[in-house]
Amino acid sequence: MIRKLLTGNAAAAWGARLAKVDYVPAFPITPQTEIIETIAHWIDIGQMDCRMVTMESEHSMITAAGAAAATGVRVFTATSSQGFLYGMEMIYTVAGWRTPFVLVNVSRALSAPITLEPDHNDVLAARDSGFLQIHCATCQEVLDSVLLAYRLGENERVRLPVIVNLDGFYLSFTREPVKIPDEKNVKEFLPPYDPGETHFRAGDPISQGVVVLGGSQYSYFRYETHYASLNALGVFEEISKEYEEVSGRSYQPVEAYRVEDAEIVFFMIGSFATKAKDAVDRLRKVGCKVGLLRPLLLRPFPVKPIIRALAGKKGVAVIDQNLSLGKGGVLHAELSSALYGATDSTPVLVSFIGGLGGRDITREEFYEMVAVTRKASETGEIPPPRLLYTAEELMRMKGLQSIARVARQKGGGKS
Amino acid sequence: MFRIRLHGRGGQGIKTASRILGTAFFWEGYEVQDAPRYGAERRGAPIFAYVRASKEVINERGIINRPDLGIVADESLLLLPVADVLGGVTEHSVLLIVTDEAPGVWKKRLNLKGRVFSLSSKVIVEEHAGFPLVGAACVGAAARLVGVISRKALEKAIREQLRPLGESIIGRNLAKARTAYDQMEASAGCVTEREEPSADSYETPHWIDLPFEEAGLSAPYIHAAATSLKVETGAWRSLRPVIDRRRCHRCGLCDIYCPDGVISLDARGYPHIDYQHCKGCLICLIQCPTHAIKAIPEPGLRAKRHQGRGR
Repeated sequence: MIRKLLTGNAAAAWGARLAKVDYVPAFPITPQTEIIETIAHWIDIGQMDCRMVTMESEHSMITAAGAAAATGVRVFTATSSQGFLYGMEMIYTVAGWRTPFVLVNVSRALSAPITLEPDHNDVLAARDSGFLQIHCATCQEVLDSVLLAYRLGENERVRLPVIVNLDGFYLSFTREPVKIPDEKNVKEFLPPYDPGETHFRAGDPISQGVVVLGGSQYSYFRYETHYASLNALGVFEEISKEYEEVSGRSYQPVEAYRVEDAEIVFFMIGSFATKAKDAVDRLRKVGCKVGLLRPLLLRPFPVKPIIRALAGKKGVAVIDQNLSLGKGGVLHAELSSALYGATDSTPVLVSFIGGLGGRDITREEFYEMVAVTRKASETGEIPPPRLLYTAEELMRMKGLQSIARVARQKGGGKS
Repeated sequence: MFRIRLHGRGGQGIKTASRILGTAFFWEGYEVQDAPRYGAERRGAPIFAYVRASKEVINERGIINRPDLGIVADESLLLLPVADVLGGVTEHSVLLIVTDEAPGVWKKRLNLKGRVFSLSSKVIVEEHAGFPLVGAACVGAAARLVGVISRKALEKAIREQLRPLGESIIGRNLAKARTAYDQMEASAGCVTEREEPSADSYETPHWIDLPFEEAGLSAPYIHAAATSLKVETGAWRSLRPVIDRRRCHRCGLCDIYCPDGVISLDARGYPHIDYQHCKGCLICLIQCPTHAIKAIPEPGLRAKRHQGRGR
């Protein structure tokens, strides 16, 4: 085991390297990431023994990944935001093929308007696809999650592809100390993929992606896939124990940080959750009983562990770094449906939308979210969803709009 | 926790500088987080990077709002409001500026309450050799100013981060870093970790309910054409390509290769550079088969002001 400074991108590449992947299909151009560049370099200098093929689009890349996984080899691929969406048709399709592989997505906010920094609308667009989703908060988690993802997706009770998600900039370009496990330990945890009955080869052909009409058979196949996804929750708990034995690091489907005696709990995913952790520690120092509950697994959604963790809490500040336009925060809706009718006393849920397009969430905003949630729990009056957006920000926006309108008065409408 | 923010322009080695500094802290037993932040990845564009170093696990993430040390590798950035070099700089913050003016001049000009140090801008001129040394100089100085990085850790970090570039370049960077390290000897340790305010009193964020506005206003349009011409990306340049007409064979390759379309050919086929928009990427210089294009350092801040280009 060595410990060194790695970016999230490098940590993802290390995960693929340690998993001894056989095949890496990749779209090589923007918005592709340094993950593929790093793997290409390792292949080039003989440190990784695998085949990389560059594709003309993410759509083809994901098709190739699913097709290769169907032959029983271990497959890795990666993309980001708009590229991820470009492959969306095949995201749904390959999940239906029941071919396990790992796709790392570097989350970045979607167009329009065009931006570069992260939020989770890209990966949440695949929420209902059948892909499992692991959301990382640190660079260490990125490496570990890639390894866990192979065991999880390849398990015979699951057999589904897995997305490992990390936030652009906040993890992808950010270096943190990462422990790189020894190869022999990883080998013990993650033996070569055994595809069993789903194996396919040229000398022994099978037909995949068959047509079923009338809805009845379709219902069967879709619901079986749903069961497979649900199974992944229990499997995750099993394999994370095994991973702890070889790595010393323990992961749960939901991380509960100082939740046990907490009254108010932050609920969120991704790297901004470490900022919440920082706020929790500082609030605890002044006697404020707060905690953080962070799903690592978003699909399957760990309903039971979440219900258990939130039992008896006064309030939950749900922070959505995404926006379902016309509805609101996705996590808020997910959590509401998980808790509804689950226990006699459900904590108050307050919805916050923050960090869209990588907007910072300040420490003071975390403190204020606790104050607002506490007040809601005391009065029983739940405030409407709150976009984290300040008067100063609107003033700057008005400044920009005045420039845009001046441009219209000077030159608009003539051409 | 040490919080350090580095400002510079794409191509000056700011990202590498942040990594060298982060690595040096790491070798000194610190937990570290370092990251660059840039928009479109273009040479000459303002970028910044940051380094956090602490003896405890770091849960903070993203931009540093209140730096203990601010490093400014290109003084022209101090004129660009959008670069926000002085954001969150208080009397506690130390500033290190690459400039030929005295620190006192900058303190007065920018009304700075904290300590200011300068590094000679000669290091930028030497970049002409084809690799950035300004980053190494900044890192050397910064390592001494924080006071917890030994010369040995600094050199080890430089060697590790620049390894792919070869011994000769490593040697030149080491020399620059060492000189700057020694230059700051008298002020070693003047950058200190800021006391954190307690969570029981904080300034309430001024959240507002965002008003609805009709699409005529709230759709992301600029109501005019060719707006990119209004952005003077020429201000991004640290090096200016200059065409020597005596050596120019009018092959037009510079025009073809220019990624920003700022080179045009006149009626006789001679190329002309639009300096309002040339970002100084120097691809033309690399492509020119007759070596008719050379790069000269952009004049300093005062000269730019006299040209009326500063805003």
